[in-house]
Amino acid sequence: MEVKVRPFDCWDDFKNYRIEYYKNYLEAKDKGGIRWAGSAWSFDPVPAGLGEDVYPLTGEPYGATAAFFREFSVRALETIERKGAARDLCGYMRNYWGSVAMDKYLLADGTEIEPFPKPDFNFTIHICCTHAKWYHYAAELEGGVPTYAVDISVGPGYQLDDKKIEYVVRQLEDAVTWMEKVTGREYDDELLIKAVENEAKSMTLWSKICKLNQAVPAPMEEKSMFSFYVMTLLRRSDEKVVKLYEKLYDEVESRVKRGIGALTHEQFRFVTDNPPPWPFLKVYRYLEQTYGAVSVGSIYTFGLGASWIGMDEKGENWIWEPAPTPEEAGYEIHDRRSALWWTAMFNLKYRASWQHEYSHWIRKQETLQMVKDWKADAIIMHLNRGCELWNMSTLEVRDYLVKNNVPVATYEGNMADPREFDEARTFNVIDSFMQSLGIEKLA
Amino acid sequence: MVTVQESEYWRWPESIWVDESKNWQDAEVISCGIDLGSVSTQAVVMLDGELYAYANMRTGTSSAASAEKAVNAMLEKIGDMKRDDIHYIVGTGYGRVSIPFAQKTITEIACHGRGAVYVYGDKVRTVLDMGGQDLKAIKVDSRGKVINFLMNDKCAAGTGRGIEVVCDLLSIPITEAGQLSLQVDEEPEPVSTTCVVFAKSEILGLIRKGWGKERILAAFFNAVASRVVELLERVGVEPEFAITGGISKNIGVVKRIEDKLGLKALEPKYDPQLAGAIGAALFGRALYIKSKK
Repeated sequence: MEVKVRPFDCWDDFKNYRIEYYKNYLEAKDKGGIRWAGSAWSFDPVPAGLGEDVYPLTGEPYGATAAFFREFSVRALETIERKGAARDLCGYMRNYWGSVAMDKYLLADGTEIEPFPKPDFNFTIHICCTHAKWYHYAAELEGGVPTYAVDISVGPGYQLDDKKIEYVVRQLEDAVTWMEKVTGREYDDELLIKAVENEAKSMTLWSKICKLNQAVPAPMEEKSMFSFYVMTLLRRSDEKVVKLYEKLYDEVESRVKRGIGALTHEQFRFVTDNPPPWPFLKVYRYLEQTYGAVSVGSIYTFGLGASWIGMDEKGENWIWEPAPTPEEAGYEIHDRRSALWWTAMFNLKYRASWQHEYSHWIRKQETLQMVKDWKADAIIMHLNRGCELWNMSTLEVRDYLVKNNVPVATYEGNMADPREFDEARTFNVIDSFMQSLGIEKLA
Repeated sequence: MVTVQESEYWRWPESIWVDESKNWQDAEVISCGIDLGSVSTQAVVMLDGELYAYANMRTGTSSAASAEKAVNAMLEKIGDMKRDDIHYIVGTGYGRVSIPFAQKTITEIACHGRGAVYVYGDKVRTVLDMGGQDLKAIKVDSRGKVINFLMNDKCAAGTGRGIEVVCDLLSIPITEAGQLSLQVDEEPEPVSTTCVVFAKSEILGLIRKGWGKERILAAFFNAVASRVVELLERVGVEPEFAITGGISKNIGVVKRIEDKLGLKALEPKYDPQLAGAIGAALFGRALYIKSKK
């Protein structure tokens, strides 16, 4: 059956925000503003308390953008490898380091700017073997930039208790004092409170948008979602991001009501897991155009920046329901401590991608439940050489899904290293998989 | 000037065969399957679903020319059959999209599944295809339909290409390597399984340490078997398992896989390297019959 399709009305709004984001970071000093850099998982509302002219550069989306521009990426990767970085380190991180080492900064449209704009400080988190080291070494490459990393490795959300939250809150309180010291600015708690509220709204709105994709036909395909979800990783505490998601929610809801789909012929629904191979997003186009196969989501695009209830209290089942905002939870944020407490609790408990790093079991439940809830026919898993954290339980999850009668295909690649992808081989796997499931190519 | 004649130890013999007891002109459906792999190309002709002729040749730098060469060699051996006499041609394998005269292309995983049932009988449930650059563990039903499959990661270690490299390094004809590797009193530790280049440098080290060729081959094939068994166990091995592809002819690898699994591989009725092409020809027959209904 043919489905109505149409471009997203808010597409350009998202695109323009992203263009402005990288430009704002670049030009921050011209306006007397502050630049900071860190993981996309950093507690982004915290630096917001330094003023309204504070601009972040989050490393993972920057690494993905660099990888998308293959020629730039290969230069960056080779530059940092010549300095001694091993090829099996995080792909995003190597692109970022290479960019700093080349002293070239990449805008969202692929324009290269010299020199690389040095941040005033690095503010990051530490959960895997990469994150804190990423910015320690970046600081060295940048000739010495003050760097602060928050340790968040307290265990999964369903086992969270006040002591664990307190452990993170105290680090954030220290971070505020540290930021005042390194920037010479007075911290504004009102700005922090607003940013914490915005963060929760952005993340929960994105969860609600993801839920809408359970509809058949799916209103969004994952390649478009890559352009939407990233706002939760660029600057989720920004009110403009909240507005963007409100607009997107209304549009996606309307598409569902009117039966507008992502593909004209949706004959197969699948989900994915790892970060995609950014330099080769044509994998998704191939599936769409050749087989009418739509990727309706992934634990990556849904889990990275959205907030979900996650594991139930017993740690047995995963629940794909949006987490509550402070307002919905009846929690009043009235000062610095209550704001820091909420952002710590909210991220530790509800950020899906932090939960499954602690246990294969969590990731198995999370993935299987996604297949069920989003009515997927199968999962296509990326054996991603570019991220140890994301890839560490991929094959265990694969085996579990097979045991639960979910068809699974795996292909090998690297999210951010164009040199580690075999296009012909990947398409061969896809063709074999589709044939084995009896899915015919579209006429 | 001294001229040195170098042997190509990796080079396996090409072969062409025709069943002289059959007359192709009696057949209702003549189908052809071409398995254009990274290392070798097989072309088969089947008469009403029965193997009649094949050619097994090395793949050259041009996929189209390699397919042409294999089909022409086979037709020449048959004598009076022309390509136009064939009702349906299906291409499979790594270079299948580059076979200009194939009416359809089907993935090698589907073809090896189907072909394995022909070569080994309908009891087969797990097929291990060990090719030139890929290892594939495939689960099939009684008709050879693929239920599930897994491929090796992107590295030549444990594949035909890896074995060619090692045979060349040790100056041992590839057809003798398997048997030779079994001539050891005690099985040595396996060499590196992660990368054929690592394996090669490790073998150079073993040569320097004075290891005999038999022992080195045993260590290498032990590693190949370990890698394969990991893949097989991941997809789930059922007792009725069969090996297809060129490495199925290497007794040193096959024996070690059997030992590690504690299972005996099924005995083939036909050359298991032909399984992909046979599967393609069987698909071709079915497609031709369907088109005439």
